This record gives sequence, structure tokens and C-alpha cells, in this order.
Amino acid sequence: MSDMFLTASSSPHVRSKEDVSIIMRDVVIALLPAFICSIYFFGMKALTLTLVAVLVAVGTEALIQKLMKKPITINDWSAVVTGVLLAFNLPAGAPWWIALIGSVFAIAIVKHAFGGIGQNFMNPALAARAFLLASWPTRMTAAAFTWPGGADAVATATPLELLKGAEGVVGELPSIASLFMGNVAGTIGETSALALIIGGAYLLYRKVITWRIPTIYIGTVAVLTFIFGQDGLFTGNVLYHLFAGGLMLGAFYMATDYSSSPVTPRGQIIYALGCGIITSAIRLWGGYPEGVSYSILLMNVAAPLIDKYTMPKIYGEVKANA
Amino acid sequence: MKQATFHGGIHPSYFKEFTSHKKLIQSNPPSQVILPMQQHIGAPCEPIVKKGDVVKLGQKIGEPKGFVSAPIHASVSGKVVAVEPRLHPDGRKVLSVVIESDGLDTLHEDIKPQGNLESLSPEKIRDIVGEAGVVGLGGATFPTKVKLSPPPEKKIDAVILNGAECEPYLTADHRIMVERAEDVVYGLKALLKALDVQKGYIGIEDNKLDAIEAVKKAVGNDANIEIYSLHTKYPQGAEKQLIYAVTGREVPSGGLPMDAGAVVQNVGTAVAIADAIKIGMPLVERVVTVTGSVIKEPQNLLVRLGTPFKEIIDQCGGFAKNPGKLIMGGPMMGMAQFSIEVPVLKGTSGILALDEEEANVPDPTPCIRCGKCVNVCPINLLPLYISAYSLNDAFDKAEEYHALDCIECGSCSFICPSRRPLVPSIRVAKREILAKKRKAK
Repeated sequence: MSDMFLTASSSPHVRSKEDVSIIMRDVVIALLPAFICSIYFFGMKALTLTLVAVLVAVGTEALIQKLMKKPITINDWSAVVTGVLLAFNLPAGAPWWIALIGSVFAIAIVKHAFGGIGQNFMNPALAARAFLLASWPTRMTAAAFTWPGGADAVATATPLELLKGAEGVVGELPSIASLFMGNVAGTIGETSALALIIGGAYLLYRKVITWRIPTIYIGTVAVLTFIFGQDGLFTGNVLYHLFAGGLMLGAFYMATDYSSSPVTPRGQIIYALGCGIITSAIRLWGGYPEGVSYSILLMNVAAPLIDKYTMPKIYGEVKANA
Repeated sequence: MKQATFHGGIHPSYFKEFTSHKKLIQSNPPSQVILPMQQHIGAPCEPIVKKGDVVKLGQKIGEPKGFVSAPIHASVSGKVVAVEPRLHPDGRKVLSVVIESDGLDTLHEDIKPQGNLESLSPEKIRDIVGEAGVVGLGGATFPTKVKLSPPPEKKIDAVILNGAECEPYLTADHRIMVERAEDVVYGLKALLKALDVQKGYIGIEDNKLDAIEAVKKAVGNDANIEIYSLHTKYPQGAEKQLIYAVTGREVPSGGLPMDAGAVVQNVGTAVAIADAIKIGMPLVERVVTVTGSVIKEPQNLLVRLGTPFKEIIDQCGGFAKNPGKLIMGGPMMGMAQFSIEVPVLKGTSGILALDEEEANVPDPTPCIRCGKCVNVCPINLLPLYISAYSLNDAFDKAEEYHALDCIECGSCSFICPSRRPLVPSIRVAKREILAKKRKAK
């Protein structure tokens, strides 16, 4: 008994088993259905792009932490999540080095230059996507989108481009069922609304995310795109807007990024509303078919401010029995 | 019976099965007791015996100093062998009276029944409770008499007995409710009379069905006492959360329960009050749940105050393996001990021994802003921000984020996936803010 060493630390003395790696692994698990769909629809190209993005993301994180003499935390799975999300934002026709550059940018610049996990003020995968889009526009858009059913090399328009009727874009709108399943052109991880919703439900079930951001984001887009329809007020094609483009991917997996979204309940609602409004505005009136990425990035920047002004009313703040 | 709860909270593993069905057992009489003169929140007592004095069981040995204080009585009969500073469970050395037991338990002559509850005036009940040294036995040890003496402008209309016992592992209150339900109700009636209040409530978490049944039976058809089955969730037994669950009222920020018209007492306290009136016995023993993965035979023991932890643990078969951490109280709010020689106090609801693996303090990693601490905080605070400001010495900002309203329940630290020291850092902020306020005065 004399050699007994008792730890005298501060309470609480018990903790939940859930740690960062379990949360991040849950996100990876939630992304699996969409990953399988991407391979089903886009073939080996989707697999290669995802593998390159993930390996480079993890490698970059390890290298940076080694160079900066920080503990190497690649087993927290967060770099894997960034890699998968980045790949999901690439068209199947994108070359492998786009994935490589994007991953390096996401991890080195967006994540670690700002202090690493929890410190990035933008979603790394989305910021990298915006960077790639600006740097190699043709390799990131129309020319690189492939029609899953067609030959590998045939470039085609995405449903949102078709819906928008952009100049020089011709083709038939795919059916709602195809949209829902993911058998349409788009970035490799965004096309299957069904797979993304299954994964999103898993994240909600595991309490990795709360309902507020995805529900309000998607709900806002639904309402606005219905009100401001092509044929006048209240004629919008809601299901098309919900299932086409990156809305499901963005709402469940990217707008909910912890570091770059508000933590207060009211703040999350305002943030999600903002994402929904900007997405709808870009889709309906912008010169660009898809608004998800930019709306999330813009709201990411506003997140700290939103948090500051939406501090919850604490217990007892207003005299309840007065 | 009503079902009630509060906002936020967590669901830790409860580990109550070690002891929840074990009957209360009288522990072996200690050969020596160490009675620190500080066993309650408030001013310490002054010893009124000296080395060499012979004392009887129940004799007052510590006189309260100040309004917020409670006397301390001898828990054995025998001889005072020392009046000197001894190690106290809060980590300091505190002036203590050490009594060598003569093994006879000779009762002090003042100990006799105080008469019928009906015949006692509110003032008399308050005096009995005060003289018996009764304090809040849930662990906070606030002197009960003070709670029974609200300023006249505070209108109290609800007395709530706290039988939630939401801390994992602890089953002391559970067994008290099952085995001494009559006295729980008797104590509540005494409280109602002392405060001149009509309505009494008893809140019990719904994982203690046998306790709910027993108390219900003891209440009978008394329409003035209502039993609330509380949702099993930590910290359901926190005073503010309990008041909200039962009355729907919020204690104003910076205020006390009486500002919401409520007085909350632990069920064990009610039994201590019943003993003080029925037998005249001051508070000299209490129920202690001795439990945890390294205790050989976990028990609910009736322990004399002042008994060293070591003796209690030995009576439970000792340690099955090397303990890593010894806690007075529950795992969420209890205090870690570095010695097993410290004595059982009025506030010792449990002695919890965890193994070396459970005792391991994990290294914190950066905050990922997951917001889980925000979702579980029963006060609706933003623990991640308060903690970050505190760790950066920005105590003014921490105060802006309502650091002082933190009840230190530990839910945020429990849930944090980055293992951040949220509660400890918020405690630092509270201390700094209060120190600054005192300075400003």
C-alpha cells in the first residue's frame, strides 16, 4: 500500500469514450455510400481521384507536423475526411494531379497555415475546390464532367447547367429518379442524393451533427427555389434543386464542418439560412450554375461574427418568476 | 406522479449496480475518529474540548463561528487525544479534534427525543436542526439551518427534496429512500413546518423505481406532498436543474434558490432532521457508498463521521488491485484524494476507487469546435469560449460569457472529444473574476 500512487486531478473523473478520431471516423463511414456510388457511376477514375486526394492529404499533414515539430495527428482521421471531401468535389474527368494539388492546398494552406485542426476558418476541401476552380477552370467544369452512362471521354453538362439553360448547353434534363440515384453528370461525390442522405442520417444518428444546419439549409433552398420558379412565382422545380448539384453533399458534410461553422444553436440556424439564401440566389440569378460551395465559404467567414451575436440566453438570465 | 426534466445534460455510464441493491450496513465502530472543525460551507468551528478531555457520544465539540456554520459533535465516546491540524479531504490541513474511542458509545445526556412534530414551533424545529449540526448531505454541506431562515422578504412556497442522486456510482440516497422512506417524509414535513410552506415535492430519478415506490407508500394520501419521477440524466440533482424540473422556475443568475421561492434539501438531510427530532441525535454518522472497480466488496455503509477512509475501505475487503484514483463523492463532481488516511466528513456521500487505467488523465488536443459542450451545458453557456478566454488570461471576456454562472457540473468536460480541461479552466476564470470583484470593493 505504501507504493500506492493516487492521481489527484480535477473533476470530472470520468469521460465519454468518444474522441476526435471516433467522430472523424464516423464522418468517413457516412461518406462510404457516396464513395461506392461514385465508383459505380464514374468507375476507376473516381477511385483513383479519391485515393490520391486522401493519401496526399494525410501525407501533407504528417509532413507539415513533422517539419513544425508538432505531434503527428494523422490517426485522428481528420485529414482523411478532408481528402475524401475534396475528391468528391472533383469532376470525374479531372486529372490526378488536380487532386494532388487540391489536397496539398487544403491541408497546408487552409488548415495548417491557420493553426491546424479546429483553427481553419473555412472548410479546407471547399476552399481548395474554389482555388482549383479559379486556377484550372476548364479542367474543373463542363469539359471535365462526364455522363456516367456514356463513354468515359464524353463531356457533358450537369443538370443544373441544363436547368439554367446556359448558352451553348444542350441536352435533356435527366429524370428525378436518375438525379436521386446519382446517374447524372456532376462532381464524383455529389451526384447521388440517396447515398448522401443515408450517410447524413447516420451522422445525425451518431450525433456527429445536429439537425439544424442540414435541415434549415436544405429547407431554405427548397422554399426559395419553389417561390422563384422559372415560370413565375411558386412554380419552381423543388425536387430538381434539392437533388441536383452539391446541395446534399454541402448541407450534410461541408456546411456542418465544426471549425468553420457557428456553435450556438441560434447561430447555426442563421448560418444555415444564409447558406440557403446565397445558394438559391446564385442558382437562380447568378452567372454560375451552382452556388453551394461559395455560399458555404461566404458563411464560413461570417461564422465567428454570428457566434458572437447569438450567445444563448443562459439559465436564470431573465428573472423567470418575476 | 409527474415526469420532469431540464435542458442539456449527459448520460454517463452509471455503474450503480455495484451497490444499488445492497442494504445499509452499520460499519464497525472506529477506534479513533478525526473530526475536522470545517465540515460545511461557511465559517469553521472552534473546538470547545482540549486534549485529555473525556467526551460522550453526541457531545458538542465544535462551536460554530458565524451565521453560516454548523456545530460538530463527537461521533464516539472516549478521550480527546489531540486537537491539531490534520489532513482534510480538500487537501489542506485543518484544525481537528481526534478522539480515541472507549468502545462504549456512552450517550451524552442531552440526547433525548424532542417531542411531537405537531407540538414543535417552527423556531424550535430550526433550533433543533441547527443544534444537531445538520448540513446538506448531498455533498455541498450548506448548513441546513441557514436555508430554513430565509429573509422575510423572500417568499418560499416550495420545499423540494432531492432524491435524484444523478452522480454515477453513488447509491447512498437511493438506499436511504428505500429503507428509511418514512423518515424521509417525516423530515420533509418538519421542513415544511419550519418554513411555513404548504407544498412539498420529492424528486427521484426514474432509474430508482423501488425508491419511488417506497417513498410513495410513505407519503400515503398526503395531498401536500408530490412525487416527481425525474428523467435519468446528469446533472438532474443539481439544485437549479431540479427546481426547474419541478416548478418550471429559473433561479435568477447570481441568485439563490429562495429567489425562485424554493428550498432544496437532500433526502439524507431530511432523515438527519428526522433523527434530530425523534431521537435527539445530532449528525454523527452518515451513509457512504463505498464503490468502484477496485473495491473488493462495494457497500452502502453507515459510517461514523471522522472514520479514516482506510478503515472503511478495509471493511469492504480492501482493494482488489492497485487503485489509481480515490475520490470523495461521485466521479463527476467529487474530489480526488492523495491519501487514504483522510476522515469521512458530513459531505462524504461516497468513497470511489478507480483503477489505474480509469484514473489516467488524457492529454488534451486542440478544440475542434464541435459544439458538444454547448449542447450539454445545463446553463446554456458556451464552455469552449469561456475556457479559451480563461486559458489566455482574458478573464474579462470570460465574465462576459457568463463564467460565474457555471455550476461546475462537469458535463462539458465529460463530453469533450478533445479531452479539454473545460471545467478546471472555467474554475480558474471564476476565481480570478471573483478576486477582481473583491479587490474593486
